[in-house]
Amino acid sequence: MWKRCEAMTRTNLTHALQEALRTALITAGLCFPLLVLRLEQDSSNQLTLQQRWSWLVFAVIGLSVARFVGLVLQDWRARAPRAEKPIAPTRPQLARAVSIFGLIALFAFPLVVLAFLGPSGSLKWINNYGVQILIYVMLGWGLNIVVGLAGLLDLGYVAFYAVGAYAYALLSTHFGLSFWLCLPLSGLLAATWGVLLGFPVLRLRGDYLAIVTLAFGEIIRLILINWTDVTNGSAGISSIPRITFFGLPFTAADNGFAATFALEFSPIHRTIFLFYLIACLALLTNFITLRLVRLPVGRAWEALREDEIACRALGLNTTRVKLTAFALGAMFAGFAGAFFAVRQNFVNPDSFTFLESATILAIVVLGGMGSQLGVALAAVVMVGGTEILRELDFLKLIFGVNFDPAQYRMLIFGMAMVAIMIWKPRGLISTRTPSLFLKERKNIAASHVGEGRG
Amino acid sequence: MMQVSNPLLSVAHLSMRFGGLVAVDDLSFDVGRGDITALIGPNGAGKTTVFNCLTGFYKPSQGRIALSHATSAARDIDVLTTSGQRHTRDVFLLERMADFEITRTARVARTFQNIRLFSGMTVLENLIVAQHLTLMRASGVGGLLGLLGAKSYRDAERAAIARAQHWLERINLVDRADDPAGDLPYGDQRRLEIARAMCTNPILLCLDEPAAGLNPRESAQLTQLLRSIRDEDGTSILLIEHDMSVVMDISDHIIVLDYGAKIADGTPQSIRSDPKVIAAYLGVADEEEVRAVSQEISTGLAP
Repeated sequence: MWKRCEAMTRTNLTHALQEALRTALITAGLCFPLLVLRLEQDSSNQLTLQQRWSWLVFAVIGLSVARFVGLVLQDWRARAPRAEKPIAPTRPQLARAVSIFGLIALFAFPLVVLAFLGPSGSLKWINNYGVQILIYVMLGWGLNIVVGLAGLLDLGYVAFYAVGAYAYALLSTHFGLSFWLCLPLSGLLAATWGVLLGFPVLRLRGDYLAIVTLAFGEIIRLILINWTDVTNGSAGISSIPRITFFGLPFTAADNGFAATFALEFSPIHRTIFLFYLIACLALLTNFITLRLVRLPVGRAWEALREDEIACRALGLNTTRVKLTAFALGAMFAGFAGAFFAVRQNFVNPDSFTFLESATILAIVVLGGMGSQLGVALAAVVMVGGTEILRELDFLKLIFGVNFDPAQYRMLIFGMAMVAIMIWKPRGLISTRTPSLFLKERKNIAASHVGEGRG
Repeated sequence: MMQVSNPLLSVAHLSMRFGGLVAVDDLSFDVGRGDITALIGPNGAGKTTVFNCLTGFYKPSQGRIALSHATSAARDIDVLTTSGQRHTRDVFLLERMADFEITRTARVARTFQNIRLFSGMTVLENLIVAQHLTLMRASGVGGLLGLLGAKSYRDAERAAIARAQHWLERINLVDRADDPAGDLPYGDQRRLEIARAMCTNPILLCLDEPAAGLNPRESAQLTQLLRSIRDEDGTSILLIEHDMSVVMDISDHIIVLDYGAKIADGTPQSIRSDPKVIAAYLGVADEEEVRAVSQEISTGLAP
């Protein structure tokens, strides 16, 4: 019996080796003209043929090894048939531990980075990683209300972000209103736009809703480009007032933040303040959402995602339920927009393209629709991941000095999405935590939870 | 037509056309207060269409569907009809109201032929969503009272949970309260859907094939539950059902539809021996055969 088993393994191994060899040959044949041969102009404007054999070697070795490992794994898995287990829901305690750790890490992050890298070295980390990621965490949490909880596919979420950003830009430059006054106004304006769009649109479902919200996002962007009298067109609005520390500007002047607190002036102070500001805004979004999910409003969103017809049969006014989700999601995008404007001191329509909507939606889907923790993790992976590509200078040793990993951002991004859809089709954290319980809070496996149809 | 004194629901000349197809054709019937009324008929007779008209999911092409909470004269309904209003305090014209209003203000609840539970929510949550309106009122303007965790809201939530627990005990599902509804066996899902509808505090409960797919033991549990709903909660029941043993067992009044029109209306005893009903069920169209069948009945072959 054992011998037979071994013999079978040997034939399978041979088979895997053959397959790997075949893959290597096919890769070599296909990639030879694409990867190895390259025409380049030299300094005297003549075309020279360059050969990049190392690229081919890496491609061939990589793909044949992947094929071999894949086949062996497949074989090994078929040999040890395990009982089909439903995906075990993550335990609430684990999620709680991760959240608390994340919260501590969040607040310690700028101080730790500052302590290790000094004011000039830490600027990049706090700004490009910290603030940038947190903006997307907040946007992801906002969109999570619409897509993840209420199950309404919104492809034009960036429109509300734009409304918030331009609201602050215009109100502060024209009327000199302070950031703290503009912040709620931006949220309110974005929410108003959410309701305005929602009224005609929310009777549509599924794909139709997605198309109309997509169009709405584009309409807002085109208005921003073409209504030059107000928005200054593609040139955008510059010299937006910078953030102040509750009235104290972050300047080297005597009445500045640094002088008041007897610190040595450094631009890092403003960045750190921005970091804590967006962290608080994002946590506010999270706090309100988590509370609402345990209230009738939030339960109605989730019920709507599960079954709209049943909702109507239970006396829920589904139009109103959808509008609250839309308005609330839009409001948080408005807050984030105002923050974006005050951080950049400059807004123009290029920041609000469809790609932004797609990125935010990808964060929500990748994180697991409806899961706050999952969305935060996904934002870290997606935004942090693309930033980290800029740091991978060692790849130049392999692929030559002209290789810029950041250019492959979209490719890697796409491959990551495909991989996630294969291994974790319902996102990083796909279980749902019930809003209330009788005896014990048990998480619900993703297979039961609906995805919404519009 | 069976004489129902002081009906709870009174349907008059109801028609529903989809293009050229007449699904319900000039249908009139009454549902008695405190009765279990069954709507039966062969497949495609238009029973579910009638339900969809009653509960606002379809706007009927023609007809009046009047529901009166308290004892009211037919004149009250006529006055309301000509006034152009949708409802008064206790008379409701369902054909003029939106689906969610019918559950909310007219207090008519329904279940579905293909079960529509919120399968990703727990059994308890399903029953709490059904009490949305009460909780929404308690959570105050913009949900602010709820958001701040005010005592009045917490009390309302506790009351809602207690009500849900009461229904869980009645359908024997207390132990599964914290499991996802999609995890329950089929029979339990059916009973949970009825309990969920009852949590909206209805005056009339419309059940679309509640016994479909149940085994005999589960059917018996169901009839017991329906009787207790009628007797203890004072909720009248209108149900569509194909399982004749269930229908004959619990109904006070049966209405038979065929091709969208009413062919019989009466007590279970009278329906059981109605030759037109038997003909419709056996697919007999010929007048002579109908006569033959009725003769067979009178000679005592049928029960």
